[in-house]
Amino acid sequence: MSIELKSVSKQFGEVAAVNNVTFSVNEGELLALLGPSGGGKTTVLRMIAGLEVPTEGDIYIRGQRVNDIKVQKRNIGFVFQNYALFQNMNVFKNIAFGLKIKKWKSADIKARVRELLELLGLEGLDKRYPHQLSGGQRQRVAIARALAPKPSVLLLDEPFGAVDAKIRQELREWLVRLHHDLNVTTLFVTHDQEEAMEVSNRIVIFSRGNLEQIGTPRDVYEQPANEFVARFIGVMNVLELEVFKNVGRAGELQFPAPGYADGERIRIGFRPFSVQISSDLNQFPYQAVVRQTYFLGVMLRLELELESGLLLRSRMSKEEYANLALYDGKKVSLQIRNYRILSREHEPLGPELTAPEKSSLFVGEGI
Amino acid sequence: MAGYVKRSRQTNGHTASKGGTEESPFFKWLLITVALLFSILFLLLPLVNVFAQALSKGWQAYWTALSEPDAWAAIKLTLLVAAITVPLNVVFGLAAAWAIAKFDFRGKSLLNTLIDLPFSVSPVVAGLMYVLLFGLQGYFGRWLADHEIKIIFAVPGIVIATIFITFPFVARELIPVMQATRSEQEQAALTLGATGWQTFWRVTLPSVKWGLLYGIILCNARAMGEFGAVSVVSGHITGQTDTMPLRIEKLYQEYNAAAAFAIASLLALLALLTLGIKTFLEWKQERDYERAQRAAESYEDSTAPTSREPEITAVRSQP
Ligand SMILES: Nc1ncnc2c1ncn2[C@@H]1O[C@H](COP(=O)(O)OP(=O)(O)O)[C@@H](O)[C@H]1O
Ligand SMILES: [Mg+2]
Repeated sequence: MSIELKSVSKQFGEVAAVNNVTFSVNEGELLALLGPSGGGKTTVLRMIAGLEVPTEGDIYIRGQRVNDIKVQKRNIGFVFQNYALFQNMNVFKNIAFGLKIKKWKSADIKARVRELLELLGLEGLDKRYPHQLSGGQRQRVAIARALAPKPSVLLLDEPFGAVDAKIRQELREWLVRLHHDLNVTTLFVTHDQEEAMEVSNRIVIFSRGNLEQIGTPRDVYEQPANEFVARFIGVMNVLELEVFKNVGRAGELQFPAPGYADGERIRIGFRPFSVQISSDLNQFPYQAVVRQTYFLGVMLRLELELESGLLLRSRMSKEEYANLALYDGKKVSLQIRNYRILSREHEPLGPELTAPEKSSLFVGEGI
Repeated sequence: MAGYVKRSRQTNGHTASKGGTEESPFFKWLLITVALLFSILFLLLPLVNVFAQALSKGWQAYWTALSEPDAWAAIKLTLLVAAITVPLNVVFGLAAAWAIAKFDFRGKSLLNTLIDLPFSVSPVVAGLMYVLLFGLQGYFGRWLADHEIKIIFAVPGIVIATIFITFPFVARELIPVMQATRSEQEQAALTLGATGWQTFWRVTLPSVKWGLLYGIILCNARAMGEFGAVSVVSGHITGQTDTMPLRIEKLYQEYNAAAAFAIASLLALLALLTLGIKTFLEWKQERDYERAQRAAESYEDSTAPTSREPEITAVRSQP
């Protein structure tokens, strides 16, 4: 176990930035701390680094309790959100800083810096000052500087926040490769769920100081612990149903709702993937029209309008789209395969349910 | 602080007026002429006159006036006072600026106000404060006399009064620059293993060096030029406790204008030099600041929220 947080809380005066958070990071793992801004991610990272002292709880790095160990002695590499490069030092001196402090021999320092410049594709930039670098280069210098003293853990705060969208994609892939090559335990903070899903082995999801869920990208997408996670990760269709005689209705859509009183309102959610579409108008129970198609790389997102005017989102591959011969304005039939009944935001979600055939809903209704 | 913040504001104001309403050329030239005439009449002319007067009896007399033993003693004393005062105020100024810029503590606003005290107290009053403390009739006067320590009417008094007068210069210059240095750079140094001291020497100090130098030369100029406070505590003992400004005044009172202006020309030279260095440092500092801004900009630009697929709540467009 590389890093462990046990019941860690942090108060800033009245503000509870982090509430009773427990999780651990495996050796060599690439872990994302994900959540909306103000969720406490930076604070968690800073507590691990020793830049902030937890109000309560314990932090362990490689089995050693580090609460009372100073930041200088924790042997972590920290990459700040705005990089915090030393403005008065050139790239070489920035990267060499930690090594000089640790009193490495100057020949060793040179060799190590060369190695890092090469690893991070910064050759030839060693004489430049931070203000002479592009955003992406600055970021790599910051990472090189953090990696130079061979830290046991690498902590990155919003590493892709400061570069434009085009380079961001490259940098993601590059971080994954770097992590693969160096195999150093890495925690990075992001507010971008796509980024977290794409880059990390596991994701820790924060909101308002609380740990909502920890799991693999697949886990949190397919088995969200609560509505917050379900809505934060990926896209979700959310419907409000009114229950009548154990059936919840929204427009023409109907879902079984046993155990709810007549007139009660419940909400359900389902992923775009759960919306199944057919060109055969009789195959599925509901009729709809394709309103809009968005092309997102290999995937497509469709907006569908039901006869009652309800709008749903669906997602499919380009292939599937071609097979169904869809176009905007085309009439289709659809059904919703899996859905969940949503409770309050941070309470555990019920299991995923499978929608029955439309006709079965009416069993017993006529009695 | 003055150079740092004010200048960038001036630039802003300038561009704003350019893009705004155009003044009539007549009005513009009138303003410029008035400003120029005023500066020449009240600033440049008197300064030039100092040199003209100093040299009115020729180079020979000028040189004699400067090398005369009492004048020479005054020059040496002035240099000595500056040599003690400036380093001490650099240390005090750094400590005070560091404390104010980097920490929150009780009494912070009090300290902030105290730093400005010498600016608002009349120098004569400042001198008198020390006479009341250390003079023969003062609180510590008896004790000092018993131990044969002489402060008032001696060099230590002059040094103390000068320290008081020049205290704000370094601190006031440093506080805004220190506040502007992102403390993340310092935290980055800590995560790389640097101690507090190492961080100070290697990261903080280099990033405030122009502001510090600026403070030092202002402090030095004032330390050499101070008259009021020093006049009260010095005792005017010719050849012993006369600094250059005191010596100038004395010579002038003795109707020895040429000799007075000879020494005055040295102080005026110092002033010109100070002005030159100050301008240079301001330029340096502004350039560094702009670079830092530019470095930070690319960060600000791109922290705008990334496009996340908006989640829809299925809506009903008709009942
Ligand atoms: N030094 C601080 N002093 C006071 N409040 C703070 C401080 N740092 C963070 N906070 C507060 O703690 C909460 C979490 O902040 P942060 O950890 O930066 O969130 P995130 O990185 O997820 O955006 C926010 O409400 C923030 O205002
Ligand atoms: Mg943050």
